[in-house]
Amino acid sequence: MVSTDDLLKRFTDGDRTALSKIITLVENHESSFPDVLDRLYPRTGKAYRIGVTGPPGAGKSTLVSGLVQRVRADDKLVGVIAVDPSSPFTGGALLGDRIRMQDIGIDPGVFVRSMATRGSLGGLAEAAGDVADVMDAFGQDIVITETVGVGQCELDIAEACYTTVVVIVPESGDAIQAMKAGLMEIADVIAINKADREGADRIARQTQAMLELRGERNGWSPPVICTIASQGDGISDLFDQIEKHRVFQTESGLLKKHRRGNVEATVKAIVESEIHRKVWGERSLSKLHSLVDEVMGGKRTPRQASAEILSMIDGR
Amino acid sequence: MERKIRVLVAKPGLDGHDRGAKVVASALRDAGMEVVYTGLHQTPEMVVEAAIQEDVDVVGLSILSGAHAVLFPKIVDLLKERGAGDKLVIAGGIIPEDDVEELKKVGIANVFGPGTTTTEITEYVKKEIASRSK
Ligand SMILES: Nc1nc2c(ncn2[C@@H]2O[C@H](COP(=O)(O)OP(=O)(O)OP(=O)(O)O)[C@@H](O)[C@H]2O)c(=O)[nH]1
Ligand SMILES: [Mg+2]
Repeated sequence: MVSTDDLLKRFTDGDRTALSKIITLVENHESSFPDVLDRLYPRTGKAYRIGVTGPPGAGKSTLVSGLVQRVRADDKLVGVIAVDPSSPFTGGALLGDRIRMQDIGIDPGVFVRSMATRGSLGGLAEAAGDVADVMDAFGQDIVITETVGVGQCELDIAEACYTTVVVIVPESGDAIQAMKAGLMEIADVIAINKADREGADRIARQTQAMLELRGERNGWSPPVICTIASQGDGISDLFDQIEKHRVFQTESGLLKKHRRGNVEATVKAIVESEIHRKVWGERSLSKLHSLVDEVMGGKRTPRQASAEILSMIDGR
Repeated sequence: MERKIRVLVAKPGLDGHDRGAKVVASALRDAGMEVVYTGLHQTPEMVVEAAIQEDVDVVGLSILSGAHAVLFPKIVDLLKERGAGDKLVIAGGIIPEDDVEELKKVGIANVFGPGTTTTEITEYVKKEIASRSK
């Protein structure tokens, strides 16, 4: 077993194998992970974080690959976190985003990591944020996180990024679907991908109209860009808009506010998970089970049972 | 928390069929593993880079084109060079009996021929990884 010190030294020397091992350690919450994150934290804060989200198969990975190549043209270092769902039944996951990222596969300035959601209750956003921190600390200038725009957790991840790109496609009703799923709410830039297909212009207009209804927020109205990711079309337009949003946020002070919000959310999440861990120790769990028996036996109500447990915790 | 087994399923070489690789990838997922699938036409460098970035425990190589004799040892060597020689490397596909022994000598832990069931593969991986983490 390599020591944490040794691993961190290799990490700071730019060893990608060490980066990868540290991501694993953080993702698995191995015993040394709080210490590792604390020691890396002073190195974070430099990477600009971009979230890419949208319905399954919209072309997110293809688009990310294009964006990465665009960023690399400026000689910046990039980290990619590609999140895919775990099966709630088996806990397994098929992580297939790399298939569309072949072109960036062996570029030494790019590091791609696939992550499964692992059904972690709300912990996913923290885990993805931790991995982004690790890449940031490693020296990546930009970290792009891809998530499927379904559940709340996935949206939280995208929203924790400084610029959120929402990708939709010209399938009938997709703009409305995206609106319903809460995607439009979090969009800073919207890409209508697969613009080679019928109806791209129409959906672009629809989306634009919906956004106008929503109105400007914090002085920014999300631009709508048509892209054909599989051909590299529109990528540089998309990148320019992301860049514009970055500059806007930096100059308006919103970036700082966003970061502050993220720190607050992180601190709260850690406190909550620690409370959870502390509350449900052996003693309170056995108390819980006996109280449940009593509720089932008609001796107490669930509310009375919880009061009992709470008083037990307060009392210690 | 129970540590998830992570597997890279890669398809080096030039042949364009990945049905077998996909079947194995799905079976490993159904057995509770996290499977990174990289798609077709992977060079040894791409396979090794992906294995490192994804920090997988297992690298599963699938091939039909007969280029295994060159590509597989190259992958094993590159993994060692990058300090990732501890990964379990297994192979599947149409590989002649004579070559199997050769591949095992260079560090491919096991070779699964066309008759293998997916259960044999998933059970093997689970058993190997369990014995390693002891
Ligand atoms: N016609 C067309 N096809 C595209 C375009 N962009 C991507 N595709 C194809 O759409 C399919 C899905 O692309 P991905 O990049 O994997 O999409 P994704 O949103 O990352 O998919 P998930 O991660 O599975 O949700 C692939 O077959 C791509 O080649 C495009 O602009 N036009
Ligand atoms: Mg994808």
